Amino acid sequence: MAKSIVKALDGAQAVSNAMRQINPDVVAAYPITPQTAIVQNFSQYVADGVVDTEFVTVESEHGAMSACIGASAAGGRVMTATASAGLALMWEVVYVAASMRLPLVMSVVNRALSAPLNIHCDHSDSMGARDAGWIQIYAETAQEAYDNTLQAVRIAEHPDLLTPVMSMQDGFITGHGVERVEILDDAEAKKFVGTYKPKHSLLDVDNPATYGAWDFYDFYFEHKRQQTDALSRAMPIIVEVGEEYGRLTGRKYGIFDPYEMDDAEVAIVVLSSTAGTARTVVKALRQKGIKIGLIKPRVFRPFPARELVEALKGVKAVAVLDRSISFGAMEGAGPLFLELSAALYAYGNGRGPLAVDYIFGLGGRDVIPAYIEQVAQDLLHIAETGERGDLVRYLGLRE
Amino acid sequence: MAIKLKELAGKEERLVPGHRLCAGCAESIIIRQIVNAIEEPVVIATATGCLEVASSVYPWTSWRVPWIHSAFENASTTAAGAEAMYRSLVRQGKIEDKDIKFLAFGGDGATYDIGLQWISGTFERGHKVIYVCLNNEAYMNTGIQRSSATPLGASTTTSPAGKVIPGKTQWRKPLTRIMAAHDIPYVAQASPHRWRDLMEKARKAVEADGPAFINVISPCPRGWRHDSSMSVEVAKMAVETCYWPLYEVRNGTEWTLNYKPREKKPVADWLKMQGRFRHLFTPQFEHVVEELQAKVDEEWERLLTLCGE
Repeated sequence: MAKSIVKALDGAQAVSNAMRQINPDVVAAYPITPQTAIVQNFSQYVADGVVDTEFVTVESEHGAMSACIGASAAGGRVMTATASAGLALMWEVVYVAASMRLPLVMSVVNRALSAPLNIHCDHSDSMGARDAGWIQIYAETAQEAYDNTLQAVRIAEHPDLLTPVMSMQDGFITGHGVERVEILDDAEAKKFVGTYKPKHSLLDVDNPATYGAWDFYDFYFEHKRQQTDALSRAMPIIVEVGEEYGRLTGRKYGIFDPYEMDDAEVAIVVLSSTAGTARTVVKALRQKGIKIGLIKPRVFRPFPARELVEALKGVKAVAVLDRSISFGAMEGAGPLFLELSAALYAYGNGRGPLAVDYIFGLGGRDVIPAYIEQVAQDLLHIAETGERGDLVRYLGLRE
Repeated sequence: MAIKLKELAGKEERLVPGHRLCAGCAESIIIRQIVNAIEEPVVIATATGCLEVASSVYPWTSWRVPWIHSAFENASTTAAGAEAMYRSLVRQGKIEDKDIKFLAFGGDGATYDIGLQWISGTFERGHKVIYVCLNNEAYMNTGIQRSSATPLGASTTTSPAGKVIPGKTQWRKPLTRIMAAHDIPYVAQASPHRWRDLMEKARKAVEADGPAFINVISPCPRGWRHDSSMSVEVAKMAVETCYWPLYEVRNGTEWTLNYKPREKKPVADWLKMQGRFRHLFTPQFEHVVEELQAKVDEEWERLLTLCGE
């Protein structure tokens, strides 16, 4: 196992440490709460000369992604970080980056979208970008945020993929929460991420190429098919990188984290930091003999549809906890529930569990164990009676 | 610095024939003058617009140099990103220093309007990017809609001349001055009919070794409503009437007038060449011609003062 040191770090510091070790050729970023600390920490690394990065202090997030696109097309390693309104502002070019198959890595510290203005955590920002063509990975802890950042570089730059990766952690809860984080030895981290050798570069003036051409109806469709096929190929690569990382650190990563799922009759599916709270509750309920399990998806894009359906086989009732709303979707459900419901319909052979959705934690609303206990009680009732009841419910909301 | 025609004739073209720009479009003339005047290798970013859609129709390209299009507003920042990567890789010894020059091309929509913030940021950060505005004074690619470069009185599809309104009711944004106010090493206004002046300006922009901006008037037969054979003549008249003075500004302070017409022609001479101003030559709207002349005179006098003329 590789050497590492233990530090007390918040999620932002953990990510900026990963960025320091990755030592990207170019970082273009714009500060926004609660991602600010990442940009500030990285600025200090640049000021202290501990990285070789050309740091482009852009005037907006759209500028950040625009500069990243130019820099990445120019054949080097490129990173950025954002949150909330910043991600929303760069929307247009988030799609451009993925469609040009530029292997960028973007750290997203999840935060609610306006209006009303709110700086705290929910997943509206990155969930809104779920169809932009990026790989999306969600972290529960600062440790995972660090680990995922290193792995994201390898995944994005995989020659079969060349697809940008968005690496998420929860704003404030993880981003500002100090935890025990194992930081790989610098040399080991650098060895793991390796060097990036682009197939094509805008700077190759001897072999000039045209990037971002204008496609008509005669080619656009084929290009989109190639893009979606590449994203569909990502899962084994993500798993392979996660296993290699596991051999290096002892922390193996996969598509999702199952907990107590082997004989579970009811299950909770939830992303990011709330999985920690849910795990505590599941553990306590297990001690009481209740057959409940937990699944924490790590990869949301590409969506692990078959894998989740397989993992939920034998479960009678499942509750999805969504930290955002897909406005206007079926009963105002959240994206994770919608994706899972579609997967259960497509691959469940009509024998899947009864599924309900809980919208929670919008705008940073706290999630306490009692809420998760309520979910467990609801699930047990559904499993026992076979009656699903309301499709979409709300946790911790004053009605 | 001197431009020799003989030398130019032997040079390989960087923008090659086969593109789909309209007959008479000044853009390809301007681009060839600029990119062929530059000796060094170039990397070019282009904003969404006529040039982009006409020169990069997949699976073809008219570019014999590395070229990138990302979006409408961000050609400057796309070029700045590539330039930052180049500096980074050269500094780290990962690639050889080939003295690459970075250019960005955008129309007046991309430059005066939607992309202004991006250009301003690129210049403030000191990226060595030469930004060229191909100024045809309206959103021509989408069908002749007004921009902030469209002059007073011009009829466009979103500022049409009607029974009561004589085309665009505002003057135009003083963009070249705004760019000069960034105190960057080199800013210039140019016209394709003074080809030697334009080509020298391209070289000066390279030699300025910092952010540079060149605003080039680019007559558009479709939008300006003149015969496609007249583009260069129309550009020339814009300069002879002092509607489009040729000048350069170094470091925001050193203003130089590059051409002073022997006899300043009335702006009406330029307006009459173009169908987009036809409605101004009616009793109802002729006052607009006077207003236009007053604006041109005001800006010209101001420029003469700035240039110490």
